Amino acid sequence: MNKVENNKAWFLVLPMLVLVSFSAVIPLMTVVNYSIQDILGNSAFFVGTEWFEKTLNDPDLQGALLRQFAFSFTILAIEVPLGIAIALLMPKKGWQASAVLILVILPLLVPWNVVGSMWQIFTRGDIGLMGYGINALGYDYSITSNATDAWVTIILMDVWHWTPLIALLCYSGLRAIPEAYYQAARIDRASNWAVFRYIQLPKLTNVLVIGVLLRFMHSFMIYAEPFVLTGGGPGSSTTFLSQSLTSMAIGQQDLGPSAAFSIIYFLIILAVSYVFYIAIMNMQKDKVNTQGGA
Amino acid sequence: MTIATTYNEDQAQERADSASLTRPVSAQKGTASGRNRVLLGLYLLFTLLPIYWLINMSLQSNQEILGTFSMWPQDFDFGSYIKIFTDPSWYMGYVNSITYVAMNMAISICVALPAAYAFSRYKFIGDKHLFFWLLTNLMAPPAVFLLPYFQLYYTVGMFDTHIAVALAHCLFNVPLAIWILEGFMSGVPKEVDETAYIDGYTFPGFFIKIFIPMIRSGVGVTLFFLFMFSWVELLLAQTLTATNAQPIGAIMTRTSTASGIDWSTLSAAGVLTILPGVLVVYFVRNHIAKGFALGRT
Repeated sequence: MNKVENNKAWFLVLPMLVLVSFSAVIPLMTVVNYSIQDILGNSAFFVGTEWFEKTLNDPDLQGALLRQFAFSFTILAIEVPLGIAIALLMPKKGWQASAVLILVILPLLVPWNVVGSMWQIFTRGDIGLMGYGINALGYDYSITSNATDAWVTIILMDVWHWTPLIALLCYSGLRAIPEAYYQAARIDRASNWAVFRYIQLPKLTNVLVIGVLLRFMHSFMIYAEPFVLTGGGPGSSTTFLSQSLTSMAIGQQDLGPSAAFSIIYFLIILAVSYVFYIAIMNMQKDKVNTQGGA
Repeated sequence: MTIATTYNEDQAQERADSASLTRPVSAQKGTASGRNRVLLGLYLLFTLLPIYWLINMSLQSNQEILGTFSMWPQDFDFGSYIKIFTDPSWYMGYVNSITYVAMNMAISICVALPAAYAFSRYKFIGDKHLFFWLLTNLMAPPAVFLLPYFQLYYTVGMFDTHIAVALAHCLFNVPLAIWILEGFMSGVPKEVDETAYIDGYTFPGFFIKIFIPMIRSGVGVTLFFLFMFSWVELLLAQTLTATNAQPIGAIMTRTSTASGIDWSTLSAAGVLTILPGVLVVYFVRNHIAKGFALGRT
């Protein structure tokens, strides 16, 4: 669509700007303010980059950062292919389509701390179906003492919780493919794989980039689910960035270091997301160009 | 586009029909869809098992939960639900959560509608930067804003009120709403706007009487997403409240006491947090798929 150049449009965005500034800019400025000062009671003095250096050299935080990246990439590697597969399997019409859609969506509607509680109950050795079942098979399964079990469980929980998002994004992408494409493929006697590779997958790239962006962002902010399920343990084997930050800011009231940590944390997310954003914008540009050419 | 333009659509239909007549695809297709059903069924089983287990736990008494391992409730015990619905300190948690979620939905949609219209229709100085800045708020981890929010709302005297949580959730809900609505609005041809102005509509008149009804499915889906993300978020809601506006998620932590965890009540409270979402999703089920693609399909 050709947009009209009109700076009066600023009046339309103004209410939003005021509101979001109140809830984003002021707090962010506070964080920046804390990150470069040492505050003791009412006196504050400028410390420059000291907190940043301290934070970057903190082995606990480096560990949390590494675990965070490992977690985010693992869940993306599982959820994206699985989500595409589910989307391909979902019925396309009729009451079954609505019913399956609502069932698939269910995990997304559960409050995040309830997701944690639910899996805590589900995986307990004494009262949970999964914990009891695995123990009955002869494997000594415990998320409170075995770090590997805790990791696998958290990843399984995240797959349970967030695969629906990818699946639904892909499902909506698939529904936008005109029937004529499939008919043409049938005439060419294309195999199922060829249909997927040359018709469905290219049409899905748009929604998949959005999906990967959203999943990356959310997985990087994960807090409530592992906090309730494992409390970050055993040891600190499942402590991710948000939890380290929260315990530092609220638990220990270390304003300076936690503010510096916040900024580093935010910048990492921002850097990765910017790459995705550029990709999305370029894709939309390509789309406009091809539409203009056709 | 290449395939579609090679064949005229009617021709393609005709040839596809004849092709399917000459080839015995139906038998092959039958087994494939049977296998698909099994695979989909397995996934749905994986989705539903933890939820089923939560319901199962909520209908058992604590003695039964800890005493015997059973796949379904032996004698249905609604004690936990009765407790939640009769004790104000429990059910007020749901009221509080619903209150701030509703406030957030109202505020977010009111500021997002005009802003999304501006982004979808006009070029203005700094529009691209503004849009990216909005998205950065969607990316901001709530943990980063925890402490400043606490201090900000404490200073202005809004700590422990519903509106504080509603405003805090605008941080990620307003950008999300603008992103989704912009997609739906870009799907409406600009000629609609132009015709309305020629017919003598003012901007507010056109926007409320013509434009919003045209994208009402988009608005519905957006409201669903606003509900969802405000309803499931707990970290900010918990930090900004103490007693008067405490969300149900925070009240649930009371089930764990020194004498052990009250599994039955915890499960019942959990089951009840899923129900509002199911209710809301039912209303938008036909449009939700498009909403998940942010209106861009």
